[in-house]
Amino acid sequence: MSVRTLPLVFINLGGEMLYILDQRLQAQNTSEDNSEKGVWSENDRRRVMNDIVGTMFNKAFMDELLKPQQLYSHRTLKTVLTRIAHASIMRLNPASMDRLYELMVMAFKYQVFLCPRPKDLLLISYNHIDTIREFVKDTPVVVNQVDETHRKIIEVYSSLSEGEFQLLRQTLLIFFQDMHVRVSLFLKIQVQNPNGRFALSTSGPVPHGTEVPGLIRTFDSKGREVRRSEFPTGGSYSSPIREGCFELHGDRIIRLGLNMYVLTSVCSRLTFLSTSVTLQTDDTPNLLAKEELNLLARLMGSMKAENKPKAETGFRINLFTTDEEEEEAGASCGAEESLFGVINIQAMQDEQAATELARIAGQFAEQQEQPENPSGNKGDDLLAMMDDL
Amino acid sequence: MYHKEKSIQIKNSASALYNNLGVLRIAPRRLTYFTVVHANVVNMVSASWDGLNYSHRQLQSKEPNVATSTSLIMQAAFCALPSRDLLVVTSQKGIQIYESDGSIMVYWHALDTPETPTAQAVFARGISAVRENYICVGISSGAILVFDVPSKGSNITLSEVLEEHKESITDMAAECSGSQECIADLVSADDGGNLCVWKSGEEFQLLNNIPGFDMSCSSVKLWKGTVVAGYGTGQIRLYEAVTGILHAEVKAHARWIYSLDIAPFSGLLLSAAEDSLVRVWHLSMTPETNSVEVTALKTQYKTFLTVDSFPQVLLT
Repeated sequence: MSVRTLPLVFINLGGEMLYILDQRLQAQNTSEDNSEKGVWSENDRRRVMNDIVGTMFNKAFMDELLKPQQLYSHRTLKTVLTRIAHASIMRLNPASMDRLYELMVMAFKYQVFLCPRPKDLLLISYNHIDTIREFVKDTPVVVNQVDETHRKIIEVYSSLSEGEFQLLRQTLLIFFQDMHVRVSLFLKIQVQNPNGRFALSTSGPVPHGTEVPGLIRTFDSKGREVRRSEFPTGGSYSSPIREGCFELHGDRIIRLGLNMYVLTSVCSRLTFLSTSVTLQTDDTPNLLAKEELNLLARLMGSMKAENKPKAETGFRINLFTTDEEEEEAGASCGAEESLFGVINIQAMQDEQAATELARIAGQFAEQQEQPENPSGNKGDDLLAMMDDL
Repeated sequence: MYHKEKSIQIKNSASALYNNLGVLRIAPRRLTYFTVVHANVVNMVSASWDGLNYSHRQLQSKEPNVATSTSLIMQAAFCALPSRDLLVVTSQKGIQIYESDGSIMVYWHALDTPETPTAQAVFARGISAVRENYICVGISSGAILVFDVPSKGSNITLSEVLEEHKESITDMAAECSGSQECIADLVSADDGGNLCVWKSGEEFQLLNNIPGFDMSCSSVKLWKGTVVAGYGTGQIRLYEAVTGILHAEVKAHARWIYSLDIAPFSGLLLSAAEDSLVRVWHLSMTPETNSVEVTALKTQYKTFLTVDSFPQVLLT
C-alpha cells in the first residue's frame, strides 16, 4: 500500500507518547507532600523531553523514515519507539511498554478515523509537532531539529493528492484494524463504545471541500440546471469551517492531535473493581493519567535495587497506586491527590546514585534482548542507526 | 423496493478499502457467495438462499515466488462471464484469478515492482468482467490490463494494456443493464476523478474521457449508458457515457463515498460512505429527453460504521 506512512506514524505516535510522559512528569510537581524523597525538577523534566525529542527528530533517523518504504510491523514499530523512550533516563519494562504502545496507537487510530479529509492527516501531524516544539522551546538545538523535520515533511507531503492521502489513511486503518483496546478517556466522552469500536457522529461541519448533503441538481443536455430538489439528510450537518494552515506555523483549526490530557478538564473516577463514578470539575490530571497510567504503574517494574540503605541511591520509577499509598498521600495533600494516589518518581540526586545508575544502565544493556525481526530487513538498519545515537 | 435480509457475520472485520464486497449469485445451487477483504486475507461466505446454511472459508494471498506473503489485498471481486464465474483478487504484488469458490488458482499475473520502492505505491485495483470473455484490472500507474479468458481452463492471456489514465485506477464497471444496444461496455475511474469510457473488442476503443475535478472517484457504475460516479467529496454524479453530458449532481454524503451498487432492472442505486449512512436512490431514464432523473428515497440505513467495517453494498 502507501510507501509514505512511516514519517507520519512516528511523529504522531511519538507525539502521543510524549503527551503521556509529559503528563506524568508534570504530575509530580503538583505534589505538595514532603514525604517524597525525590521529585522531578523542572530541569529533569526538560532534560527527559529534550532527550526523547532530540532522538526522535534526529536528522539521520528522519531521513531514513522519509525514504519510500512499506510500513513496519507492530513489533518493529514498538521496538523502535522503546529505543526512543529509552534515550532518556527513564526505563520501562516490556509489559509497560506494551501498555504505553496500546494507548499511543488507540489515540492515533482515533485521530486517523475521525480525520475529516485524508489531507487533514497532515494537520494532525502538525498539531503534534507544534506541541512537541512547545515542550522543548527552551533548547534551541532541539527546536531546530524539530523545525528542520517539519520543513522536510511539508516538502514531501504538500504535493500528494487527496487520493494518495486516502491510500495512506487506508494503510494506517488496516494497520490498526484489529486493535480495540478500550481507553477510559474515550469511553467517558463516548467516542468509543464498550466493545472498543469508535463511534462516528452524523452532525457537525462537513469537511473542507465537501458540501452539506441534501440537494439533487438536474441538468439538460446543454448543461443548464433545470431542476433542484432537496431531500432530508439524516444527520445535522453544517457548512465547513475554514481550512487549517499547512505552513510551518499557523492555526491548524482541527483539534485532533492536540494534547488531550491537558485539554480535558472534567475528571471522573473509574476503578477497575467498581463502576461508581465521581465527577469532579477541577484542573487536576484527567482520568487517562489516573486510570491508564495507574495500570501502567502496576505493570511497570520498579527499578529499585533490593538492598539499598537509603531510597535516594536508587534510580527508581514507581508509579504504583495501592490503597496504602493512597491513604498516605491523602493524609498529606489535598483532596485531589486522594483520588489519584501516590505517584513517586525519584530522580537521582547525588554521586552515589549516579554510579548506581551507571551500574543499572549497564545491567539493562545486557538484559535487553535483540529484537527478532521476522519481517526481514525492515527496521534493522533503523535500529542499528539508533544504536549509534 | 427492497428489504433488508438476515445479516451474515463474517469472520473478521472489513478493511478500509473501496468496493470491498464481492457478491456472486449462483441460481442453480440456490447459493450466494460473498467476499470481504481483511488485510491480506479474503473472507468468503457461501450462504444458502433459505438462510439456513452458511459456510466460511479464508483465502490467503498466495503469490508464487514469494516466500513470506505479507502483501496486502486491495480488492476481491467476482467476474461473471457467460461461460464461467471467476474470482479475481488484486494485491500489491499482482493479480490472482481463482475458480469462483476460491478453491483453485487459475492464473497469476505479477506486477512490475522495482527493487527499491519508488515514491509511487504499486498495486492493482479495479476489477470488471466485460462482455463475453474479458476481465479488466486496473493498476496504480493508471494502466488497465485486459485479460482474454477462454471458456474453460487456465489459458488466460494478457490481451492488451490500455494506457489512458494518468492516476491510479480506483474502480471499473461494465454495462450492467443487460441491454445489447449500449455502445459503451466499460467505464474506468481514477484518483483524479477522471472517467474513461470504452468499447470492448480485440482492441478496446476509447469512446470518451470525462475529466474529473481533482477529487478521487472511488466507485463507479455503468447503467443504460449512464455513468454513475461516487466521489471523495460525497457527491454522486451521473454522466451520459458516450457524450460526457452531466445529467445530475447529488450532494449525497458528508464524507468519502466508498461504494455504489445498482439493481439493473429496478434502477435502484445504493451509495455507502464514511459518514456511516447507506442511501437509496431511484434512477429513471426518460428516453425522449435522454435524461436521467435521480430521486432520493425515504429509506436510508444507518450502519454501525466503525473504522473496521466500512459499509459495503449489494443489491439483488
